[in-house]
Amino acid sequence: MAALMQNEAFQVALWAMVKVGIILGVMLGVVSYLIYAERKICGHIQARTGPNRVGPLGLLQPIADVGKLLFKEEFIPAGANKVVFHIAPILAVFPAIVTFSVIPMGPPPMFVVTDINVGLLLFLAMSSLGVYAITLGGWSSNNKYALLGGLRSSAQMISYELAMGLSTIPVLLRTGTLSLSGIVDAQAGQLKAFDTVLPLPNWGIFHWYLFLPFFIFLICSFAETNRAPFDLPEAEGELVAGFHTEYSSMKWALFFLGEYMNMIVICSIMVTLFLGGWHGPGVDKFAPLGLVWFLTKLFALLFFFIWVRWTYPRLRYDQLMGFGWKVLLPASVVNVMIAAVWLYWRANA
Amino acid sequence: MVPYLFLGFAAMLLATALMVILHKHPVTSALFLVLSFSSLAGIYLLLQAEFVGMVQIIVYAGAIMVLFLFVIMYLNLPHDVEKGAQIAVRRGIGWMVGALMLLFAGLLAKKGWVAGPAATAPADLSGGNAAAIGRVLYSRFLFPFEITSILLLVAMVGAIVMAKGRPASPEGEGE
Repeated sequence: MAALMQNEAFQVALWAMVKVGIILGVMLGVVSYLIYAERKICGHIQARTGPNRVGPLGLLQPIADVGKLLFKEEFIPAGANKVVFHIAPILAVFPAIVTFSVIPMGPPPMFVVTDINVGLLLFLAMSSLGVYAITLGGWSSNNKYALLGGLRSSAQMISYELAMGLSTIPVLLRTGTLSLSGIVDAQAGQLKAFDTVLPLPNWGIFHWYLFLPFFIFLICSFAETNRAPFDLPEAEGELVAGFHTEYSSMKWALFFLGEYMNMIVICSIMVTLFLGGWHGPGVDKFAPLGLVWFLTKLFALLFFFIWVRWTYPRLRYDQLMGFGWKVLLPASVVNVMIAAVWLYWRANA
Repeated sequence: MVPYLFLGFAAMLLATALMVILHKHPVTSALFLVLSFSSLAGIYLLLQAEFVGMVQIIVYAGAIMVLFLFVIMYLNLPHDVEKGAQIAVRRGIGWMVGALMLLFAGLLAKKGWVAGPAATAPADLSGGNAAAIGRVLYSRFLFPFEITSILLLVAMVGAIVMAKGRPASPEGEGE
């Protein structure tokens, strides 16, 4: 045993397992309180108070919710494809958890599970696998509303994935690496414009050619997480509840968990690519401050997501597709070209 | 460690690939194809080709198979039920192709496995293999790369033309 503990590979694996355990536990807590925050914020936006009965300020509401979901009867519709019906909720959660392994939440090596040199590609791969959960959940329910929701979501997510992937390319052009830690490292220090130091941090969003990609990525992330104003797959006015119409109990809860985890993941990626990751004042003196800065930026973005959801109405389906293909995609392609020409000119000037 | 992982991924690849053709339900077959693409990505990762592995998942498992599944679900294909004559014809073709494959395998086995010439120089892997692939694509394989992109462009234009359908006839019929 002692010899095993001395083994370097074993130590790395052990630490990774510990970090995975911590992330999993913390994520479950964060998601349940994110739902609480969403209900509170939504309440205040609609001039009511939101949940306030269970515990002080309603703070025990998430626990009551989970308890209710655990004890609810599980219903599987007749004619459902049973195996796929069981697999779909699992698929909703696993891509989000896998992506968390590459997000640098603070200065390495303490606050990142693993730093692979294709971290951004892992995120894109996992977000493209996320489509399966909704598509399969909708199809296996043997319900026409669920099927329509599933078809809508696969069309929507494939369309917006393209613009999202293209909007990350200017970031890669600037930093020259696919590793998320490398991308964060490239955003350290102060912003410079033609050798004059500006009073701004060197974050991606403050470079003029990364401003539009940030907004494209933001819009696409609403579509990728099926949040309003792009929540067509679960448009309750048209499709009952969309792809999860037939789900109940913990299976439904897994879909819910997946949606919120995806939201956290995509916001973390946005922080990493455009908002300087864990960089902030004082990090070089005290490393754990990096985690605080990361979480601050992350929760600001999450608040923005919730704010948008309760402010804007849902788009019509043809508007959604038209916007994705005719506006976002050409805009991101043009931006890639402009950024490439600019960076080439700067490098050779 | 790595040989065992390879055996695991290879076994999964073969098993899922067999299930693709043995399973009767088209959606389940498609799902097994996703699994087999993923295990192939795992093998790429073991070969330290992490860029290719990730692109394998993004392109094949993530994009192409979702479209396959989309079409299968959209058409709502039933279980594979066909008449006796059709099955007989298909079986005949299948046996013929199988026999040919066996013949090739026999010829190869008889000749003995001959490895190609070893790579003259190890690839320049500075900056990860994404950078290495980029360098090779834009220098040595520029022409095939551009030809492929033109091919894809033509296919895209063709798809748009077909999706638009015929223009409405002057009498106002059609659509």
